[in-house]
Amino acid sequence: MNKLLEIRNLSKSYNTLDGEIKAIDNINLDVYEGDFIAIVGTSGCGKSSLLNILAGLDNNFEGIYKFKKDITFSYMLQTDCLFNWLNIFDNCKIGLDIKKDKDPKKIDKINELLKIYNLEEFKNKKPSSLSGGMKQRVALIRTLATNPDILLLDEPFSALDYQTRLAISNDVYKMIKKEKKTVIMVTHDISEAISLANKIIVLSKRPCTVKNIYEVKLTGATNPIENRKAKEFSTYYETIWKDLDVNVT
Amino acid sequence: MSPNQKKYLNKKKKEKILVIFFQISIIVFLIGIWEFLATKGYINEFIFSKPSNILKTIINLYKNFNLINHIFTTLYEVIIAFVLGIFLGFLIALLLYSFKLLAKIIEPFLTMLNSLPKVALGPIIIIWVGANLKSIIVMALLINLIISIITIYNGFIQTDKNKIKLLESFNANKLDIIKKLVIPNSLVTIISSLKLNISMSLIGVIMGEFLVSKSGIGYLIIYGTQIFNLNIVMSGVIILIIISYILYKIISIIENKLLK
Ligand SMILES: Nc1ncnc2c1ncn2[C@@H]1O[C@H](COP(=O)(O)OP(=O)(O)O)[C@@H](O)[C@H]1O
Ligand SMILES: [Mg+2]
Repeated sequence: MNKLLEIRNLSKSYNTLDGEIKAIDNINLDVYEGDFIAIVGTSGCGKSSLLNILAGLDNNFEGIYKFKKDITFSYMLQTDCLFNWLNIFDNCKIGLDIKKDKDPKKIDKINELLKIYNLEEFKNKKPSSLSGGMKQRVALIRTLATNPDILLLDEPFSALDYQTRLAISNDVYKMIKKEKKTVIMVTHDISEAISLANKIIVLSKRPCTVKNIYEVKLTGATNPIENRKAKEFSTYYETIWKDLDVNVT
Repeated sequence: MSPNQKKYLNKKKKEKILVIFFQISIIVFLIGIWEFLATKGYINEFIFSKPSNILKTIINLYKNFNLINHIFTTLYEVIIAFVLGIFLGFLIALLLYSFKLLAKIIEPFLTMLNSLPKVALGPIIIIWVGANLKSIIVMALLINLIISIITIYNGFIQTDKNKIKLLESFNANKLDIIKKLVIPNSLVTIISSLKLNISMSLIGVIMGEFLVSKSGIGYLIIYGTQIFNLNIVMSGVIILIIISYILYKIISIIENKLLK
């Protein structure tokens, strides 16, 4: 297997005027090509901080982070982050524009993806004319357009309603499998993690440490919606729920 | 169109007509009562002037005193101050945004300048810049620039952090982020600062004309006061009201066009 990322003894603290906040405490992690890794943890435990470091946006940490040469990342965030002054096509193209990448194959790819998601007729429209689910699909196309090696998804569906969320996570899953991408997805939704990922990393509360790692094996695994019906699903759910130790008081 | 929709549109139309009707009525009523009180001698015509005299004065100013020239002088000054204010305001705000430390250092001074009554600086400006057009522009800039800088800068710093992060994940540099995100994202703020700016420019220019000037509406008003001709003063004020309303409307129209 081809190892893309390797993290050893990674710790991260934020310095603020009110004191030092330790967000990540001594995490080890390996990511292999083709992995779909879900990172689950309670809100505020340090998941986004971890992704920022992985993406190379934050170099202020302790520990070792090794990655394969020339590896490229692309982010998909909780909010669609579409630029409302650009039309849908230009929004999809923004990553290419910034990288000054004029590869016609990548432009064709955008058009193809727009067609697959029935967004072609909105190509020249502004994002305000789209529904929440469609916007998130555009965000996905934008993420895929630069043809990154690793997709970083930071709670990409949490702003959507339940129905749309299932539909979009299905799309994302299909697309990512088809493109053979490596994915690291952060979520606080346990079901989402089990139904999408092949590996789940459960983080403790802040400062986060790796509490448990699960290789997800579901009988008859096909797509995220069907996966929810697999017989192992509830066992995984209960175990992870206990790991997270969410105290509702 | 469904009957209900028709009914709704009709209702809205009637409402609009009603509003305009009352607006006109109020103006006519006020002018009428002013004219009546002054003609009957209930108020002193010499001090309060009266609508018919104002109209006569405006016609006289137009025929014998180059009124159009005065209006254009004021408009010319307002436009220069307005364009300079927006342009410099944008540049300085961009500078402050690009150098956060500079913004931090400058901030209290900006606030101080902003809260200072700028007229107080009038005499100093005249001595430093000279009793000419430049003084008027400087006065107007003092009034419109600080507020432009603050508004536009606030627009810049409200840029969504996640959008910045998104661009950074594509290896965008600072210039990319400013060009592709911060400026277009603040366009709405910048455009809405135009309205404020035009009003401020007019205030500044009139203040400047009060201090120095040989023509312009501000000059007319001061001149009227000096020779104690309240008809001229009132005419100046009325013309000013009309000018400021028209300028405001023009900016509104431009704003709507740009925001489309
Ligand atoms: N830029 C920052 N400065 C100071 N503290 C921060 C910063 N970013 C995040 N934190 C803190 O670090 C902790 C983890 O944040 P985050 O990684 O965003 O959590 P999560 O994504 O799991 O909800 C939180 O307590 C948060 O307040
Ligand atoms: Mg987060």
